[in-house]
Amino acid sequence: MIRLLLLRLAGAAPVLLLVSMVSFGLMRLIPGDPSAAIAGLSATPAMVAQIRAQLGLDQPLLQQALHWYGGLLHGDLGRSILLGQSVFWATMERLPVTAALSLYALVVTLVVGIGTGVLAALRQNTWVDQAAMMVAMLGISVPNFFLGLLFIIWFAVGLGWLPTGGYIAFTDDPWGWFRTSTMPAVSLALLNIGLLARVTRSTMLEVLRQDYVRTARAKGLPRHLVIGKHALANAMIPITTVVGIIVSLLVSGSVVTETLFSIPGIGQLLTSAVLGRDYPMVQGGLLLVTALLVLINLGVDMLYAVLDPRVRLGG
Amino acid sequence: MPCLTRGCALAGSAAGAVRAVGPGRAALRRLFRHRLFVTGLVLFLAVLALAALAPWITTADPTKLGIRTKFRPPSAEFVFGTDNLGRSLWSRTVWGARLSVEIGVAVVALNAVFGTLVGALAGYFRGLDGPLMRVNDALMAFPAILLAIGITAVLGPSTENLILALAVVYIPRTARIVRASVLVLREMEYVQAAVAAGAGHWRILRTHVIPNAMAPLIVQLSFLFAYAVLTEATLSFIGLGAVPPTPTWGNIMAEGRAYMREAPWIITIPGVLLMVTVMGLNLLGDGLRDVLDPRLRLQP
Repeated sequence: MIRLLLLRLAGAAPVLLLVSMVSFGLMRLIPGDPSAAIAGLSATPAMVAQIRAQLGLDQPLLQQALHWYGGLLHGDLGRSILLGQSVFWATMERLPVTAALSLYALVVTLVVGIGTGVLAALRQNTWVDQAAMMVAMLGISVPNFFLGLLFIIWFAVGLGWLPTGGYIAFTDDPWGWFRTSTMPAVSLALLNIGLLARVTRSTMLEVLRQDYVRTARAKGLPRHLVIGKHALANAMIPITTVVGIIVSLLVSGSVVTETLFSIPGIGQLLTSAVLGRDYPMVQGGLLLVTALLVLINLGVDMLYAVLDPRVRLGG
Repeated sequence: MPCLTRGCALAGSAAGAVRAVGPGRAALRRLFRHRLFVTGLVLFLAVLALAALAPWITTADPTKLGIRTKFRPPSAEFVFGTDNLGRSLWSRTVWGARLSVEIGVAVVALNAVFGTLVGALAGYFRGLDGPLMRVNDALMAFPAILLAIGITAVLGPSTENLILALAVVYIPRTARIVRASVLVLREMEYVQAAVAAGAGHWRILRTHVIPNAMAPLIVQLSFLFAYAVLTEATLSFIGLGAVPPTPTWGNIMAEGRAYMREAPWIITIPGVLLMVTVMGLNLLGDGLRDVLDPRLRLQP
């Protein structure tokens, strides 16, 4: 197990190094002078020069790279221009918001997605199966921001049940959190529900055809045990790998969802950084979020090993 | 046409009873019997038709303002109604469709060329596999939308930059799929035979490997078209796509946000069109996958 963890960490290291290089290189791709772009049209040359010095862009590229990596080793990702705050702390401050929202969406995804998939597989080729797959197809086809807008039109503007946006922390007021997070979380979850339901259904169909399931049935095991212990437990293995993809999609989706519902999370932080040409924030935030995702995927890989002894022993 | 892929062989065996029907035609026949594929095809062709015919089926200039025609609901005069500036939403959504399709086609074309190139090189030449796939892994580690946003942020919002950003985001994913097929094909006996016969690497890749890696690639490209259209709409919704007044589905919906109480159709009409396009392509991709490459069914 520890050997596997070390192996996976060694595999993640070059990815993280390349990710940091891409993040560093991205800001150097800006055509023309980013300092001028940041300063705006009415800036004097002195102001532009000051910003350039502040960003270290007046130094040779190698020096800039050394500075960037030196900072990374100390957990220093630079300073945000708009917020005047360190990029690391600006991101960390908003992380709980995005994490809570993603977790909510993940729970909804897992419950509804796996439930729908299992149900469809058990009732293969009936109307239940067809209806479930229709819903799944809708899920992967409706853009999450469109669904969010429809929710706002229906439940906030029309019925007035839920607020149109804003965010209340769970620790401040759990009910308020639930009210402000439900529409964003469900609109985020729908795409993933669709994906997961489709994968779960095809995996379950595969597993249900296996000999050991037939044996379990033949020896008279109750239906719920056959499905739960024999079929679903084995189907969980490929499903786990999808969870890694889903977490990444949730973070991707949070960019637009947080903007739409005015939720002060990482997605909104990065969107406003991009629109405000806060390049250090974009660069550092992108790196930090991606590094977190790489680590989460590593965790999913380890979970996979726990679930599947073949990976554990073979690896 | 030699039938060497598994999908092709399967299609052949399915049509084994019917003599004198080529495997290609048999696959086509099975495709057109696939009800969901046909539905997807019809939906997608309808959107393509809107896009292609945009200059002829719209009469009003999509950017023409009309002070007296603000917030008209859909009617005989304005089929899709008008927006807050009195512009015809029919014109705007149809021209938006054209832009979406253009971006989708461009991203798919770039992926077909560069995804195949990178995937074939990595899969065929062992020495290139490591470095190319590490870069691939790193690019795929970024959440898709975040990387696209980062790139458009750096290059500035415009249609060309958006296409470039989407290509950079999705080419690694396409390359990975092509590589997986090439890794298998490389070990095939007919490739060994070609090597023994003295064929060069380039010739082997071009005539024996790449054509046989097409089935999963085509499936991937149809889903990719959907992602490209979806991501483009998302980015232009948050203000990083084509610059207004150029109409895109995303920016029409973004502008409609402020008026969703009095004029919800500004949001729902482009939204439904976007959904129909994406769904058409997803159904198309599912159908192609079922017929061309049944092995891929398990993948999300």
